[in-house]
Amino acid sequence: MQLSNRTKVMEQGEMTLAERMYLPAIVGGMATTLKHFFSKPVTIRYPEQQRYLGPIFRGHHILKKDSEGAERCTACGLCAVACPAEAISMVAEERKPGEEKLYREEKYAKVYEINMLRCIFCGLCEEACPKEAIFLRHDQMVPVFSSRDEVIYGKDKLVEQMDQRYLRDGWK
Amino acid sequence: MNLLTDIFLAKAAFIGIVFAITLGIAAYSTYFERKIAAFMQDRIGPDRAGPFGILQPLADAVKMFMKEDFIPANSNKWLFIAGPCLSMLTALMTSAVVPFGDTVTVGGVTFDLQGIDVNIGILWVFGIVSLGVYGILIGGWASNNKYSLLGAIRAASQNISYELAMGLAIIAILLFTGSLSTKAIVEGQQNGHWNIFYQPLGFLIFIICAFAECNRTPFDLPECETELIGGYHTEYSSMKLGFYLFAEYINMFISGAVMATLYFGGYDYPGVDFVTAQFGSTVAGFVGMGALIGKALIFVFIFMWVRWTLPRFRYDQLMGLGWSGLIPLSMYNVVVTAFGILIGKPFTVGIAGFALLLVGLVVYDQLFVKKKIA
Repeated sequence: MQLSNRTKVMEQGEMTLAERMYLPAIVGGMATTLKHFFSKPVTIRYPEQQRYLGPIFRGHHILKKDSEGAERCTACGLCAVACPAEAISMVAEERKPGEEKLYREEKYAKVYEINMLRCIFCGLCEEACPKEAIFLRHDQMVPVFSSRDEVIYGKDKLVEQMDQRYLRDGWK
Repeated sequence: MNLLTDIFLAKAAFIGIVFAITLGIAAYSTYFERKIAAFMQDRIGPDRAGPFGILQPLADAVKMFMKEDFIPANSNKWLFIAGPCLSMLTALMTSAVVPFGDTVTVGGVTFDLQGIDVNIGILWVFGIVSLGVYGILIGGWASNNKYSLLGAIRAASQNISYELAMGLAIIAILLFTGSLSTKAIVEGQQNGHWNIFYQPLGFLIFIICAFAECNRTPFDLPECETELIGGYHTEYSSMKLGFYLFAEYINMFISGAVMATLYFGGYDYPGVDFVTAQFGSTVAGFVGMGALIGKALIFVFIFMWVRWTLPRFRYDQLMGLGWSGLIPLSMYNVVVTAFGILIGKPFTVGIAGFALLLVGLVVYDQLFVKKKIA
């Protein structure tokens, strides 16, 4: 049964005289390599040049704040439950009067830690979060570490800074 | 007496310069080999050491010297050391007879831009190139390793096989010139009468043989990871290995220079009369030296270009091409050239001979080669 007309019969017959002398094929091959010699290299010099990884790349975690600068996280623990690698742990605390500017909900995470050795960057925490607090940013990766002390990321590394807010393409 | 010392000093300085140029070009060949390979594969190549990576050969040399210089326990120690030395020595010695330029006058002393102008110039090249096999063979044998020995044997038999066709290709040149002296061969080609126009077939044979003599792809069978590990330099490390690799690049440059001498007019270049009239013969001589080195570098590029284009032969195919392809072809070339010189029309007879060869091949193909019936 013929599905399309693109079928090409590849028959290896006896080589012709020109094919057996190889020289025409050699010249053809050398023309091909010369063409590539003058074409632009496709290499990206990685540490200096970085390519755009797409709008949905799952990189460095970030704990978002709302537009007033209050943390969105309410320490419900759903992200920790969703996490298949059990990388997330947190300690909840009740919001005191006068802290309304700092925390949006009445309960907040006093400690929020992600173990970057355990994290597999699956993004399930992002999907589980009911408060839209945790995201995996698309423009930044978790840097390479040299000591195990650097691996557990606390709130100091995770909470969003108001002077450099993280915005995704779709949110703008 | 004064003249003698002057000439001696001038020769010594010239030889030193040629050595320096050869070694420098060989060192940078390793860099350009990688760069050209990278460009042909749409990559960038080494670019970390210095701007565009031009310090890469230096880094490689430092690496080579830093490595452990290992000599296998059951090897023949002196021959093991002699192998790479011999390779290097023979590679460098070939450049002695290559005429790098015409006579120049510096400081009132006139001398040739050539190491030695002997009347057996081409034989010298061939003798030294044949000696070069010993470097590989001794290294492979002294390693006391089956793979090394097999690689060395491959290299030796390959070189010997292709030397025959190479020599026969040269005989056609010698028929034209009537002299073995490289200087006379170059002088016979001045003003654009390059041998390539009279001997395209001979040049084709010669360049194929040169690839085989230098153990370059597609004839790089002495080294073969799948069959022979590293070939003859399996047991070598550190700068002894570096010498072998270096000798290969020197051989490439020198064989490029020899090909330029034999087929591309040596130090001849278009506009030589104009330069001589304008700036004098000394400047013209040095420009000629540049022209020869440029031609040799173009050949080095072709060597690399072919390496990164073609797959390699199987060993029996290599022997088949050498013995039953190139040697009969070069014999035919000798006969046609001799006939052309005999009747005094080398150019016409050359073209006729080439046409006859093509016709003969087609007729033979039609009549005798069995066709598979589809």
